[in-house]
Amino acid sequence: MPTAIFGSIEAGAIYSLMALGVYLSFRILDFPDLTVDGSFVTGAAVAAVLIVGGTDPFVATLMAVIAGFAAGCITGLLHTKGKINPLLSGILMMIALYSINLRIMGKSNVPLLAEETVITKLTAFWKSLGFDDALQAIFSAAGFLPNTWGILILMLFLAFIVKVMIDLFLKTEIGLAIRATGNNETMIRSFSADTDLLKIMGLGLSNALVAFSGALVAQYNGFSDVGMGIGIIVIGLASVIIGEAIFGAKTIVRATLAVIGGAILYRIIVTAALRIEFLEAGDMKLITALIVVFALIIPKIIEKQREKQRKKRRAVQKAFEGGEQLAAIKTDS
Amino acid sequence: MLQLKQIHKVFNEGTPDEKIALKNMELHLKPGDFMTVIGSNGAGKSTLMNLISGKMTPDLGEVIIDGKDVTIAKEHKRSTFIGRVFQDPMAGTAPAMTIEENLAIAYSRTTSRGFKKGVTRLRRSFFQEKLETLHLGLENRLQAKVGLLSGGERQALSLLMATFTEPKILLLDEHTAALDPARAELITALTKEIVTTYQLTTLMVTHNMQQALDLGNRLIMMDKGQLIFHANEEQKQSLTVEKLLAEFQRIRGEKMSSDKAVLI
Repeated sequence: MPTAIFGSIEAGAIYSLMALGVYLSFRILDFPDLTVDGSFVTGAAVAAVLIVGGTDPFVATLMAVIAGFAAGCITGLLHTKGKINPLLSGILMMIALYSINLRIMGKSNVPLLAEETVITKLTAFWKSLGFDDALQAIFSAAGFLPNTWGILILMLFLAFIVKVMIDLFLKTEIGLAIRATGNNETMIRSFSADTDLLKIMGLGLSNALVAFSGALVAQYNGFSDVGMGIGIIVIGLASVIIGEAIFGAKTIVRATLAVIGGAILYRIIVTAALRIEFLEAGDMKLITALIVVFALIIPKIIEKQREKQRKKRRAVQKAFEGGEQLAAIKTDS
Repeated sequence: MLQLKQIHKVFNEGTPDEKIALKNMELHLKPGDFMTVIGSNGAGKSTLMNLISGKMTPDLGEVIIDGKDVTIAKEHKRSTFIGRVFQDPMAGTAPAMTIEENLAIAYSRTTSRGFKKGVTRLRRSFFQEKLETLHLGLENRLQAKVGLLSGGERQALSLLMATFTEPKILLLDEHTAALDPARAELITALTKEIVTTYQLTTLMVTHNMQQALDLGNRLIMMDKGQLIFHANEEQKQSLTVEKLLAEFQRIRGEKMSSDKAVLI
């Protein structure tokens, strides 16, 4: 079990970049962007093909990020200039990207197992630092010996850096304008902001993060597959919603941290769920959907329950006061 | 400062729903003019505002602001020099953002936005100073989300945000209509104060005749897309609600519609 949880935290940290992207579009821009299902694979495909072709994995990952940015911008253009409904522009882009991703890869699956990737390079870098031995010594007592701590720590670090950058960006003049675009479009337009441009930019950034995550996931898993993006948007939403529900979303700084927490927690939940003998790997999408449904419904049920109790308390209080009055009248007479 | 020349605007042209919103509209505001606009529903007041703000473009005619032809300039481009306060107190501010963030957005109206920090220490003290002029205690709540403020407070903040960068034109679109009488009075007083301080060229649409008479130095009355009555500075001083109603009846040969809404 510890090994499984260790693995889910590693994967969760990588997926949290995608979740942060979904947070940008879904929460900040108030734009449910389904492009994500396509741009995640675009990131994986671009990185995989370039790496196989001999490009440095870091450069390949950067190119993946740029490809994701472009995909997001096109969705933004469809919505703002083409006046297509947000959901539909995302769906159109997602479907278009499926074919594009196949074209990029040339086949439906590109293996990376024998290649040097960002993950293998970072692992080697971490090993050269020699921290593993110390950590291994501490945890071996617990009978827990992961291959390396490098990926876990470096990916968490990366997620944190990205989070801090998003926090800072959303406090700049442009960042404030993007937030206002998602919050009150009439208002921000009356303050000389080009909402079309801001939306295009916001969606570009969001999908850049998603593609970044896709590129890293491909390198982490050792392959890029054209089907790996199916349901990514739901996983992103699950991470955002779980994170916000558990860790809170009062400020941006807290919300972005919550999203990372949510992404990791989501991985742990799924891993735990798959341990139940009855469930199979193919049930994962159903589990994800159920998690989102529950995360959306349960807070409402709790709220309703509280309301009910409050009313009951008030009724009791009123009855009590009434009784007192009655008693007072009786003693008077 | 603001000039409208021969403005024509028709909605749903060529359909049975065709409606002439503005016909031959001429308007000229000198710098510092504060003009109030009255008229019944459907008179074309909102269309007039939308044409100036750039939300719509006229079918014919020109809109000129400070000597520049802005007839077809985009809404967000124009809003660098046009301040607006809407009827809905929720429309002028971003509820999920804090008071200081809202002010920072308004502050960047006249410049192009970059990667500079939105709220700096210097700006914060400037915002505080400006908020003090509202006498609502908002200067102590800079980090409060605007969604937590009352309608009156939000409208006061909207008014401040629209004006503190000293726009060339200020458009007030029935900005006190959705408030209770006490709040409406407060916003009216603030409007008077702010417009006088900054000497803003202002156009204010209102349904409230008394307010139209109390504020500003000029007044126009519109009906069915046309300007039907204009009072200059001298004439306006001697106007009363009764005289305005009588004037309308004389020009149109009918009683002003929806008297109730108009008289409050």
